[in-house]
Amino acid sequence: MDTGEVIDALARLLTLADHNTRVVLIGAAILGVAAGIMGSFMMLRRRAMISDVVSHAALPGIVAAFMITAGWPGGGKHLPHLLAGALISGLAGMACVHLITRYSRIKEDAALGIVLSVFFGFGVVLMGMAQRMRTGSAAGLDTFIYGKTASMLAGDAWLMAGAALVVVVVCLALFKEFRLLTFDAEFARAQGMPVHVLDGVMTALVVMVTVIGLQAVGLILMIALLIIPPSAARFWTDRLGVLVALSAAIGGFGAVTGAALSAVFPSTPAGAVIVLVCAMVFVISLVGGTRRGLARSVVRRLRLAGRMERQHLLRSLYEAIEPECPDIAAAPESSIPMVNAHDLATLRRWPLRRLQSMLRAAARDRDVSLDAWPLIRLTGPGLRHARSVVRNHRLWEWYLISHADIAASHVDRDADEIEHVLGEDMVVELERTLALAGERAVPESPHPIAAVPAGEDGR
Amino acid sequence: MTWTTLDTWIVATGMVTAAACALVGNFLVIRRMSLMGDAISHAVLPGIAAGFLLSGTRHPLPVFAGAVMAGLCTAFFTEWIHRKGRVEESSAMGVVFTSLFALGLVMIVRAADTVDLDPGCVLYGSIELSPLDTVAVAGLTMPRAFATGLFVLLLNAVVIGLFYKEFKITSFDPELATALGIPARRMYYLLMTLVAVTTVASFETVGSILVIAMLIVPAAAASIASVRLGRVILWSLVFAAVSAAAGHVAAITVPGWFGFIDTSTSGAMAVAAGGVFTGVLLFAPEQGLLARIRHQRALKIRVEVEDTLGQLHRWHEEYPAPGGAPGMVELAGRMAGSHVDTPRLVARLRRLRLVKPGGTDRIELTEEGRERAASVVRDHRLWERYLVDKMKLPADHVHATSEQLEHVTDPGLRRELRKAAAGADVDPHGKRIPD
Repeated sequence: MDTGEVIDALARLLTLADHNTRVVLIGAAILGVAAGIMGSFMMLRRRAMISDVVSHAALPGIVAAFMITAGWPGGGKHLPHLLAGALISGLAGMACVHLITRYSRIKEDAALGIVLSVFFGFGVVLMGMAQRMRTGSAAGLDTFIYGKTASMLAGDAWLMAGAALVVVVVCLALFKEFRLLTFDAEFARAQGMPVHVLDGVMTALVVMVTVIGLQAVGLILMIALLIIPPSAARFWTDRLGVLVALSAAIGGFGAVTGAALSAVFPSTPAGAVIVLVCAMVFVISLVGGTRRGLARSVVRRLRLAGRMERQHLLRSLYEAIEPECPDIAAAPESSIPMVNAHDLATLRRWPLRRLQSMLRAAARDRDVSLDAWPLIRLTGPGLRHARSVVRNHRLWEWYLISHADIAASHVDRDADEIEHVLGEDMVVELERTLALAGERAVPESPHPIAAVPAGEDGR
Repeated sequence: MTWTTLDTWIVATGMVTAAACALVGNFLVIRRMSLMGDAISHAVLPGIAAGFLLSGTRHPLPVFAGAVMAGLCTAFFTEWIHRKGRVEESSAMGVVFTSLFALGLVMIVRAADTVDLDPGCVLYGSIELSPLDTVAVAGLTMPRAFATGLFVLLLNAVVIGLFYKEFKITSFDPELATALGIPARRMYYLLMTLVAVTTVASFETVGSILVIAMLIVPAAAASIASVRLGRVILWSLVFAAVSAAAGHVAAITVPGWFGFIDTSTSGAMAVAAGGVFTGVLLFAPEQGLLARIRHQRALKIRVEVEDTLGQLHRWHEEYPAPGGAPGMVELAGRMAGSHVDTPRLVARLRRLRLVKPGGTDRIELTEEGRERAASVVRDHRLWERYLVDKMKLPADHVHATSEQLEHVTDPGLRRELRKAAAGADVDPHGKRIPD
């Protein structure tokens, strides 16, 4: 296909010129939205793989419906009949899962696997017979396995859209009940909600979405539409309402984009492209999601590391000047003693280069002044900052000594770890426990501190 | 039905393949990852496509290697997304295998111009045709599918035999395994490698539905049949073999009843496995549904019998005169609170020779009945004594509790209660505790 053809196809797509394109896009969008909504609840209830089971369990229903109706006038591969068959056997499969987990000690995952494989096997058995029937041809039943969005007929699309719309409406109407069922089924039961009925309705809705999607995107890829959008949305939010809306949006977007791409490039299967678009959204969310994304946790870790480093620097500087400057609070900024960077580096065994970069960052935030390099002077705000860091450190040290029975020579290391994460409440609590409330002074260190100007190896 | 050598080979192939799958399937079921087999069997598609495209031939080796790699990728990405992205495990698996499958579909369709590749033919081998494709192993001519199945079965048996203890501990309790110095994650990937190799090698020859079913169903059935891992594994092998044999027989006989010649053997084997599972679920001697119902019924009857004996004992205490046994009506009045069918119970007691008909429709205890009745009342009153003395419960609150406990008191417990009663011979209500 050359560029001209692509542009031509793209233009026809964007203007929705073809009736067929319109039908396919609308059908796909509604299906994606419905799957995104139901999938959110399934994911939160840890039943993501239900759609996998339903879509496999639907096969015997589809084939049985075909075999029964094949002899009817105008029967055979009539979509409503096949979907009804799929719906019945899908629901029967879910009922079996429920019975197995209820009446044996088989876990849910194994029950799902059993129903999936046995029902699908039964479907294959029926298919083996259907293919040898004299009335009607079974050929084409396998489009249910691979899907064929592009060749969706207008009638089929409206049927799908109608069913998907029912799912969306029921789900929104029962949103409050579904939320309670999802997060605290026990509480819902205590509130007098018909939990079993709601559970049944929810399962029926999932089965319905799955079954109508089978025709559009195929057996395997329907599972993707129910699992990937909510999993991707989960990286962005902790709120159910937002999650459901976002998941519906991702599902709709993936379905429309995938169907459109497949319309522009005719040799690509629409179902597969829809899934790949959704997968792309998932990867973007996995990396960039604002609630649980990987990038966010990396940034947070780096930020924490930076804060810890700064606090170590400030504490070293403060402890270096502490003996020379007992009345720090009242002193003007120019009277704050200076510390030699080389001595500090030797004492803390920081490579000079690393110390320099730490100092530059601190100078940017106006915690220290480097005007007299290599002499370092804490600024007024820097001094106050340093004081609070040292105070937290020592409060924790004293706490460990007096309440956790840890030897004075061992507390420094432990305090090092915790001092960075002490919140205001914790500090108040520590002051109360150590009977230091109201005192703003920095407590004495419980262990000797190596002096900087001496330049000796302190630790 | 005509049975030929082909049928024998089909059954033999089905049996070794099913056994190979069931062997690793046990550990998937224990780890609650039953659907991993299904996921892997779909996710191998891009690996197969890549194997074709890179090697440019239909030679089985690069395709096999590509498929196993894709299978391992499924396990790896699932675990990685689950751990790093804090996505629930089954969701992570769903995301990974559907995406890989979609990728494979697109690759195959895009590549269709250059290579002749039919996903249906690649994914779903047919066990019916497998005997026609033969190889010679050690001078014997056998179907290639049988040789593959046997090889995979031996491979799984050897690896699992070598690392039995490690597999066992990491499957049941990965934290404990790590604490014991067993590399839990490495064992996970070793297991996943076995699953991937088994899945790919088998479905290429016998079809994926058989593989998925045999990974889960026999192992799940075996977990009902026994609770000891060693026996569970043996049972799963037996169930797998039985399902395979029964499945093929059913595939060539049952359709005949409805006017068809035969049907898919792999499908029928999966259905047969479902039948075996249902049978075990219902009829297993200990954990089976019927056994549990029977057990519950027996317990209920014992409780009713003992309660009746207790009432008869108390009647005798109140009316010690010889021949002062209650009639049916009086006894029914005593038992009114417990919703039992008194005449039926008395008939049962008579069958057990615990009571005998006395004069004028009286119900009299036999010697054995008297002993058991005394024992029930003794346990009841010992419990009342204990609950009041040791648990400091008020005397008017202990009857109902003792009524339950009296049915589950064994001789050892009785001795302890006796000791705790410290020689007291009446219960908190002043009634005598029988000796």
